[in-house]
Amino acid sequence: MTTTTVTTGSRTDEAWRGFAGTTWRERIDVRDFVQATYTPYEGDASFLTGPTRRTRAVWEKVSALFPEERRRGIHDVDPATPSTITSHAPGYIDRDRELIVGLQTDAPLKRAIMPNGGLRMVENSLKAYGYAPDPFVTKVFGTYRKTHNDGVFDAYTPTMRAARRVGVITGLPDAYGRGRIIGDYRRVALYGTDRLIAAKRAERALLDARPSTEHVIRDREELAEQIRALGELTEMAAGYGCDVSRPAATAHEAVQWLYLGFLAAVKEQNGAAMSLGRTSTFLDVYLQRDLAEGLIDETRAQELVDDFVIKLRIVRFLRTPDYDALFSGDPTWVTESIGGIGLDGRPLVTRTSFRFLQTLYNLGPAPEPNLTVLWSPRLPAGFKEFCARVSIDTSAVQYESDDLMRPRTGDDTAIACCVSAMAVGRQMQFFGARVNLAKALLYAVNGGRDEMTGEQIAPEMPPLTGEYLDHDELAAAYDRVLDWLAETYVNTLNVIHCMHDKYAYERLEMALHDHPVHRFMACGIAGLSVAADSLSAVKYARVKVFRDASGLAVDYRTEGDYPAYGNNDDRADAIAVGLVESFMAKVRKHPTYRDAEHTQSVLTITSNVVYGKHTGNTPDGRRAGAPFAPGANPMNGRDRHGVVASALSVAKLPYEHARDGISLTTTITPEGLGHVPEDRAGNLVGILDVYMAAGGFHMNVNVLDRAVLEDAMEHPEKYPELTIRVSGYAVNFVRLTREQQLDVISRTFHGSL
Amino acid sequence: MNSAAAGRTTGRIHSWDLSTGVDGPGTRFVLFVSGCPLRCLYCANPDTWHLRDGRETTVDDVMAEIGKYRDFVTTAGGGVTLTGGEPLLQPTFTAVVLRRCKAAGLHTALDTSGFLGTRASDELLADTDLVLLDIKSFNAGTYRRLTGGELAPTLDFATRLDRLGKRMWIRYVLVPGWTDDPEAVEGLARFVTGLGSVERVDVLPFHKLGATKYDALGIPFPLRDTPVPDSRLTERVRTQFRAHGLAAH
Repeated sequence: MTTTTVTTGSRTDEAWRGFAGTTWRERIDVRDFVQATYTPYEGDASFLTGPTRRTRAVWEKVSALFPEERRRGIHDVDPATPSTITSHAPGYIDRDRELIVGLQTDAPLKRAIMPNGGLRMVENSLKAYGYAPDPFVTKVFGTYRKTHNDGVFDAYTPTMRAARRVGVITGLPDAYGRGRIIGDYRRVALYGTDRLIAAKRAERALLDARPSTEHVIRDREELAEQIRALGELTEMAAGYGCDVSRPAATAHEAVQWLYLGFLAAVKEQNGAAMSLGRTSTFLDVYLQRDLAEGLIDETRAQELVDDFVIKLRIVRFLRTPDYDALFSGDPTWVTESIGGIGLDGRPLVTRTSFRFLQTLYNLGPAPEPNLTVLWSPRLPAGFKEFCARVSIDTSAVQYESDDLMRPRTGDDTAIACCVSAMAVGRQMQFFGARVNLAKALLYAVNGGRDEMTGEQIAPEMPPLTGEYLDHDELAAAYDRVLDWLAETYVNTLNVIHCMHDKYAYERLEMALHDHPVHRFMACGIAGLSVAADSLSAVKYARVKVFRDASGLAVDYRTEGDYPAYGNNDDRADAIAVGLVESFMAKVRKHPTYRDAEHTQSVLTITSNVVYGKHTGNTPDGRRAGAPFAPGANPMNGRDRHGVVASALSVAKLPYEHARDGISLTTTITPEGLGHVPEDRAGNLVGILDVYMAAGGFHMNVNVLDRAVLEDAMEHPEKYPELTIRVSGYAVNFVRLTREQQLDVISRTFHGSL
Repeated sequence: MNSAAAGRTTGRIHSWDLSTGVDGPGTRFVLFVSGCPLRCLYCANPDTWHLRDGRETTVDDVMAEIGKYRDFVTTAGGGVTLTGGEPLLQPTFTAVVLRRCKAAGLHTALDTSGFLGTRASDELLADTDLVLLDIKSFNAGTYRRLTGGELAPTLDFATRLDRLGKRMWIRYVLVPGWTDDPEAVEGLARFVTGLGSVERVDVLPFHKLGATKYDALGIPFPLRDTPVPDSRLTERVRTQFRAHGLAAH
């Protein structure tokens, strides 16, 4: 932590009028500011206001562009201007009506190119949407300026390339921005860029006396880039008439300054996840001061939040259709973390926590920004009830256990992407995608050969040759494959992140972190439930192997029953727990780039479909190409005792060994939360309380709406896993007859088609 | 019966499940007990009809499973519900499970048609916090055609529960052409109004999601061609109950 002298200029005094606390004045410390100044709110949602005419007009104007954008894939793109913080002239949706201004390019939804990550990705995306790549850009990034993607492939080994090609290591950020770095955008509002630059200079000065080793030189260069980026932010903001060199003096300015900080980041980086942090309670301090001073009323406070959220909803990146298919859409993961409890026991819930959730009513439901509630059974009842109600009405809220995170990453933790916890401005991560544990299990059977291609991918080892799989033999072989996989994986990630730092460094986001920063190497696993059930089948039933002419095991037949993961049955759940622990232990054995701390996630939100497509028949009875369950979910249909028992199995996975998060996606019909609509919010609160109390980390709550079920009737191929529960048993929705489906819909949503 | 012997009491069960807000208040452990003396035409669980199809288990085993969820369902404002099938077809097993749940501090609910109400001892009912009483029809003839059984035992049971001050939720499955007759609904509403311990009436729209089970069991589903009630009909029936001052959902 760096201490700098406070410039108590009158601009700063004016901006900080009435704020309590001292530490945050002496050094860059937003957490201390929040703790010293915020007012917890323990009431209910009755104070909230609806959208104003102005808000509706702005939102309607931009959302009118969405249908055409969906049809064409993108609305527009500037193919000739590589994006930087200052590359594009200011743009507006509706200049006279907008309260919060700033767009990524000079027009709404017009995408920018970011070739630093990789030229091919840019060119393929442009071609896919009918735009010609710009010859000058091609020349610069093909001839003079190396990209992250080029660097990575210069340093990959043949093994890394092979593991990547067959999909045993997959989703790697080697052709685009890695993302998952959360700049502390609040700093721009609280301190202004002059002060932030001064602090960065002080951090850099501390390096002057150090010997010029490779590490120190790199740090000096990065800090110089960070300072430059803060200057560019100031310049870009000035184009919108905002002087962010000084601290924000009103709530309006605080929202605007903070957003401009975030905007600078998304103008420069197209990271897979560009998360916002934990801003609502910070902004509440300003909104409450303005309300107390009579500068604004509640309607205006909500308008500012609504307008901010409109901007967050239209963040766009240029990506290939393949990429969008992998993620089922065009996600940006602008994650905002809301709520939680402070280390002193006070809830970090404020009126603005409610105001952020209220945007889902005022602007309608939307996946972005990714509103994430840091849940604890100790949260105020009024807030819990409101969250549950919003979940039931919109399905647009996810929950993470504040009680698991707070002791580890503190009470200023925010989520990047879906489940990755970091102390804002103090910690960052190297996003590492994931390995395919199910495929690796098949390698164990086949002596390291790929079950789809027959290629030798892992080092040659004796294949299992028995007619039936022997559990101990399989476990031993699997252990060897996982040793190899963990080593290859960590080394691959080291290459990627070394090159990303070199060719596509997040200057602005890192300028909004302390130096030195704590780094995580965020590894991940996919196919956990398939691997666990396969091992359980081999252990508790008998699994017969079928081999092709070359001796490659290509199919399995299970004889007898076996306990499946997801039924709160320790026999199967212990296997899943063991896999998480043992793979983490293997990952930890290998040194990381920049001494990052090893972590792993059990996370896939939609890419489980693609991973399944690339994996052959598995001993649990899953057919080749069939989707995996998402994240840490049990395989659909194998959890036979309802969502709660299933969640309790997931809650057993140890967060200590999956510090990058454990994801559970639940899908419930409104009826599944209670026959009486008025009881449902309370019932959902109960489920969240007990799941988190049992050690559950994350829950994505999808309360099925009518549109989803109707879409599933028309496009059953999109919903192979859609299960609905009806009075005690589950049915697979797409397997029902049309008449039954209509019955479910009319029963659930009161009214027939 | 001493407690060790009670724990070895066996019963036949179909399955267990955890549900929220549909089998009593909150999130609950729901035990589906096998066997039922009625053959309701709309039954969604034909796989629970026969005692012999159930899995034999001991009370100790059931309690071990419930024990895993004790804190969980309590925190979630729930408890344990015995349903089926008809739990009172195995009154000893049902009584011991309820007794053990009660002793463990769990909220207990019994979902029953009341047809076998005389088999429920006062002790069994003392261990039951809430009775979910399914009254299939208020017309004796319709009741007989719909269920194959008699209505009177259910009404007697309801009266007895009221005398004992036992909390009740009345469940009424609404089947067009079978249970939507306004007169019969009126009669039921009047009867229920006279039961002071009824807290609410759940009007449950008939559905056909059990049809796949009938197919799997190779038996015909009698109401395959009966339409499901539309929301107007459902609301009309709820309003009828409400007109009598009952909390109907």
